[in-house]
Amino acid sequence: MTIQFNDETFYGDFTFKNSDWAIKRFPFPFHEDSYMYSVNMEPHKSYRPGSVFERTFDVDEHYVSEMKDRARVLANDPLRCQSLPHMTLAGWDLVELIMEAKAAEYPDLFELHKDGNRWRWINKPLGIDDTFTFLDESTLPYGPMEYITRQTQGDFAVLDQRDDNLWMDAGMVTTQADWSLDFDIGMNFFEWHAPVPKAHEMGIFVRALKFLLNIQQGQPARRLNWTMTVNPLLDTSPENYHKWGVMKQGLTMENIGEKQHLRVELQTFFRLPRSNALVFPIRCYLISFNDLVKVPKWARRLHRVIRDLPEELATYKGFIDNRPLMVEWLSQFDDGTPTSDGIWPDDD
Amino acid sequence: MSAGTAKLNVTVAEVKPINDLVTRFKFVRTGGGDLPTFSGGAHTVVEMQDGGITRLNAYSLMSNPADRGAYTISVRRDDQGRGGSRFMHSQVKEGMEMVISNPVNLFSLDLRAKKHLMLAGGIGITPFMAQMHQLSMMDGNFELHYSVRTASLGTYAKELSERYPGKVHIYHDDQKEAIDLKTLLANQPLGTHVYVCGPKGMINWVHSTAGEMGWPREAVHSEEFLAPASGKPFEVKCAVSNKIVQVGEHQSLLEALEAAGIDAPYLCRGGACGQCETNVIGYDGKFLHYDHWLTDEQKAGGKHIMPCVSRFEGKTLVLDR
Repeated sequence: MTIQFNDETFYGDFTFKNSDWAIKRFPFPFHEDSYMYSVNMEPHKSYRPGSVFERTFDVDEHYVSEMKDRARVLANDPLRCQSLPHMTLAGWDLVELIMEAKAAEYPDLFELHKDGNRWRWINKPLGIDDTFTFLDESTLPYGPMEYITRQTQGDFAVLDQRDDNLWMDAGMVTTQADWSLDFDIGMNFFEWHAPVPKAHEMGIFVRALKFLLNIQQGQPARRLNWTMTVNPLLDTSPENYHKWGVMKQGLTMENIGEKQHLRVELQTFFRLPRSNALVFPIRCYLISFNDLVKVPKWARRLHRVIRDLPEELATYKGFIDNRPLMVEWLSQFDDGTPTSDGIWPDDD
Repeated sequence: MSAGTAKLNVTVAEVKPINDLVTRFKFVRTGGGDLPTFSGGAHTVVEMQDGGITRLNAYSLMSNPADRGAYTISVRRDDQGRGGSRFMHSQVKEGMEMVISNPVNLFSLDLRAKKHLMLAGGIGITPFMAQMHQLSMMDGNFELHYSVRTASLGTYAKELSERYPGKVHIYHDDQKEAIDLKTLLANQPLGTHVYVCGPKGMINWVHSTAGEMGWPREAVHSEEFLAPASGKPFEVKCAVSNKIVQVGEHQSLLEALEAAGIDAPYLCRGGACGQCETNVIGYDGKFLHYDHWLTDEQKAGGKHIMPCVSRFEGKTLVLDR
């Protein structure tokens, strides 16, 4: 296989690590030295070989360990995966989308063989070889959405479209930045975004919803979002806040480089053909401050972004208390020289 | 994102007259291979190269959504129209290569419904044909009430009655048969959704009757594509692209923008989807809003126009394009 998969954990002893390859292709989210919300959508097209934007669904060195972490989270809390009855067809759409894309784009890792509705799916990294009947739930060990998202990195919000709105009626959510599927299920687009500060008065959500309602088959879109997490935790759910909230305390100049992680979400948006639903895969990438400052441009820029971020946003993103320390630590790597436009490192 | 939707190259595999007004067209992917799956109620925008003019008309897909081998549409000839349907009837032959859009669905089934009650008028039958394919595959509960002018113009009425016995009810105008809407609606189980596709009068009748009977707005669905209206020629200044564009008598504003090489988004080209909404920077004159998209308040406000169907009469119109 072309990818060397890490054996690592995202809890307990936290052995998660990024190789030099993973650092170099990290989706750094800031294209300039400041940050404010914007709809920032672009077509989800293959871009920059080797980058996380190259494939429909990015598979990287964390794949196998992330899937183990998902199974662990689900075993503790099955409500992280839910699908209202009318969303089963959308689940099958997702099975088809992911299997076709992965088999075509990673033929050394995944295979899909179709004989009419009799499908055989081979997932080599996870050691899966299943034959099932497409659209017949009884032939899979889980519902279709659960089956395929137990094998695909990132969270999945599967949204029904009706009454000119989007409804969070299904999802697999185990790597979230402090939100809960069990709380949001059944809500519409405005309801589940209600806690986000500033964006409402800027009219962001009205424009974003209009854009999303018009996402068409064959024209997926994407955007990046970000937050901060102490320790490489994938599961920062509100249900487990009592476990991870305390980890935000006790950061020092000595340990912050190792413990503080920038958390970036690659959000993609696809229209599903049979159900006319939309799916938002939300793929989470983590990078420690120590690894991030290996790229001088990112180190300088992150310092400026965090330093100048409006207070409401630092509060909403949950790091207002640690911001002074983050700024102080990052300032060591900012010599004041200008940064180049765009998100990529300067050395290539 | 660029104008329009992702395109598909197709070849006409069959042209079959169904009755005096309607012809059916079957498309397969040029060079072979599967077409994308779609959902019942979806349409495709067909591009027609008619002399120097590119015509783009939306037609509902009527074939089985799970059949990726071919798409089928039916086109009703409109002799008073601007020429799209006449082009389809007179110029399109088997073996011809054409370009169509990826499927777009503005009339999808509400999959929460306990029962789907479909009301069709005339050529409005086509989206329901794909929806019935989809529902019968999923063992869904549905019922069709289909109003036709005469038995001979009852497009697919006989086939549908045979395919879905007990679920299809045909009403012939020439025999003074009419859907008894109030009784029909009064006898539906809780959780029924109503879908209507047909002439404007029929759509309004269903919405208002259901509304008066206390049906929730969200349980009544409709689709109607408008043909762009003809009207007096007018001139538009496009501020972003810095061009002056003339809109002809039988040309839509959207078509004029496209002919001038201005990037203008669209999905349905029939006043329903909202994709082509354009900001008005300045004007001196009167808007002729024909769309279903803008609210009455927006139409009165003079700040927005839907270029696919709406027009303008007056001295100056400046758009944010």
